[in-house]
Amino acid sequence: MKQNYIQNTQKRTPYLFLLPAAALLLLFFFIPFFQTIIYSFQDYSTDIYNPIFGTLSNYKELCHSHTFIKSLFNTFWFLALTTPFLVIFPLILAILINQKIRGKTLYKLIIYLPVVVSIVVVAIAFKWLYAPKGLLNYFLEIIHFPAIDWLSSPNVAMVSVALVTIFKGVGYYMMIYLASLMSVPKELYEAAEIDGANEFQKHTTVTIPHLMPTIALVSTISAISALKVFVEIYIMTKGGPLDSTKTIVYYIYERAFENLDIGLASAACVILLVVVLIFSVINIFCFERKKYGL
Amino acid sequence: MKHIKGIFIHITLIIVCFLCLLPFLWLTSTALKGPGENIFQYPPVFMPEDFTFENFKMVLTLVPIVQYAINSFIVAFFTVILNLIFSALAAYPLARMEFKGKGFAFFAILATIMVPFQAIMLPIYIITLKLHLTDTYSNFAGYLGLILPFAVNAFGIFLLRQAFLGIPRELEESAVIDGCNSFQIFTKVLVPLIKPSLAVLAIFTFIGSWGEFLWPSIILTKDALFTLPVGINNLQGAFSANYRLVAAGSMISIVPILIFFLSLQRYFIQGTNEGAVKG
Repeated sequence: MKQNYIQNTQKRTPYLFLLPAAALLLLFFFIPFFQTIIYSFQDYSTDIYNPIFGTLSNYKELCHSHTFIKSLFNTFWFLALTTPFLVIFPLILAILINQKIRGKTLYKLIIYLPVVVSIVVVAIAFKWLYAPKGLLNYFLEIIHFPAIDWLSSPNVAMVSVALVTIFKGVGYYMMIYLASLMSVPKELYEAAEIDGANEFQKHTTVTIPHLMPTIALVSTISAISALKVFVEIYIMTKGGPLDSTKTIVYYIYERAFENLDIGLASAACVILLVVVLIFSVINIFCFERKKYGL
Repeated sequence: MKHIKGIFIHITLIIVCFLCLLPFLWLTSTALKGPGENIFQYPPVFMPEDFTFENFKMVLTLVPIVQYAINSFIVAFFTVILNLIFSALAAYPLARMEFKGKGFAFFAILATIMVPFQAIMLPIYIITLKLHLTDTYSNFAGYLGLILPFAVNAFGIFLLRQAFLGIPRELEESAVIDGCNSFQIFTKVLVPLIKPSLAVLAIFTFIGSWGEFLWPSIILTKDALFTLPVGINNLQGAFSANYRLVAAGSMISIVPILIFFLSLQRYFIQGTNEGAVKG
C-alpha cells in the first residue's frame, strides 16, 4: 500500500514542479495567443459585442490599408537601418577592447551603460539632442554641415530613431562578442603572424571566421528586436511625421488601445507574429540549439 | 608600431565612450542650469552658468519620483523572486525527470520564446482586466497586474535547465540514499549548486522589469502606482515648458539602476552570454 502511494506521488512529482509555470504560461501566454488568432478572424464592425466569426475581413482591410502597408514597410526599413550596425559596430569595439590595453573594464562599463538605463530616459535625452537648435545640429555647424531636421523630416525621422536604438544596443552585443572572443585560440594568431599577416588581416582571417556563429546570432536577435520596436517611437515621434516612423507594433498599439479596433489589431498581431516567428525559428534551430538543449 | 596601435585604440574607444555618455551629460547639464539661463540658447552652452540644485529639489517636491522608484522596485523585486522560483521549479523536471508529455512541455515552453509579447498583449490586457488585476480595484491588485504576466519567462526556464544539466547525477543519487525526496533534493542539493545561474537570471530579469514601459503604460491608471519609466514619460507632458525639471527627474530616475549596475558589474560581464535575456 505504502509502496503504491510512493509510486503515485513520484508519478505526480514532475507535474507538480511544472504546475506554477504552466498555470501562468497558460493564462498569460497560451490563452492570449489563441485568442489573438480567433479575434483576428472576427468582424466587430456591425456589433462590437456580437462579432461575426470566420471572416477574413480584417485581413482584407489590412491589405487595403495604406497605413498598415506603410508600417510594415517602415518596420523592415528600420530593421535594415539598425541590424547591420548592431552587428558590425559592437564587433569592432569588442575586437578593440579585447587587445592588451589599459582601462578595459572602464571602457566596457561606459559602453554598457546605455543598455541598463531605461529606454524612456534615453529617448527623452535624444529628443533633446535632436532639437532643431540642439546640440547635434550645433556639432554639424561646427564642421560646416547644414542642419538636419532630425525628427521633423519624414525622410530622416526613421534614421534618427534607428540611431537611438543602435546607441542603446551596442553595449549589449559587444558583451556577447567579447564572451566568444575569449574562445579564439591564441595559437591561430601566432600562426597568422608567422604567415606574415598584418593586424587587419589577422582579424579577417582568424577572428571573423571564428566568430561567424556569434555574428549570425547577433544578426537574428537584433533583427527580432528591431521587428518589435515601439518605445523609442512612442516617446520621440508618435509614428510621425506623416506616418514615416509608424511600425507594426506602433500600428497595433494605435488600433488596439486608441481606436479599440480589436479585430484589425489582432490581424496585425498575427502578421507580426508570423514575421517574428520566421526569425525566431531560424535563430533557435540554427544558432542557439545548445542553449535550448535541442 | 605597437605604440601607435595602442594610441589609435585608446582614441577610438575614448570617442565611443564620450558618445555613450553624451546624452546623459547633456541631461545633467540641463538639470543643473538655473532659471536665469536660456536652456535653448544657441550655440548651446555646456557648463551651467547659473549653477543650481534647485531643479532636483523642485521636481522631487512636485512629482512623487521616490514613490515611482519604490513602485518600480516592488514590481522588479517580486518579478525576480517569482521568476527564480517558478523557473527553477519548472526547469528541474525538464532536466532530470522522465515523464509523459515531457517533449510536449519542452516545446510548449520553447514556443513562448518565439512569440513576441507585443503580438498577444491585447488579450493579455483583457484577461488582466477580467481578473480585476488593475489599480482601479486596489493597489495590491495593481501590483499583481504589473508582475504576474512577467512572472515566468521561458528564457529563465531554459537557462536554469542548462544549469541543472551541468550537475553530476551522483550528487542526487547519494541524496536519495540519504532518504531525500524529490523536493528535498531540489531545495537542499540542486538549487544551492546553481546559484551563479540564478544570479544571472535575477539581474537580467531585474533590469528588464525596471526598464519596462509598454505594459505598465497600458495597464496603469493611477499616478500613485506609476513605475519610473511611466512617471518619467509623464514628466514630459507635465513640464513641457520646463525642460530643466524633466532633465532633473530623468537623472534622478537613473541613479538606482546605476548603483545596481555598478555594484553587480561583474555579473553583467559574465552573464551576458549565458543569459542573453534582453532587457
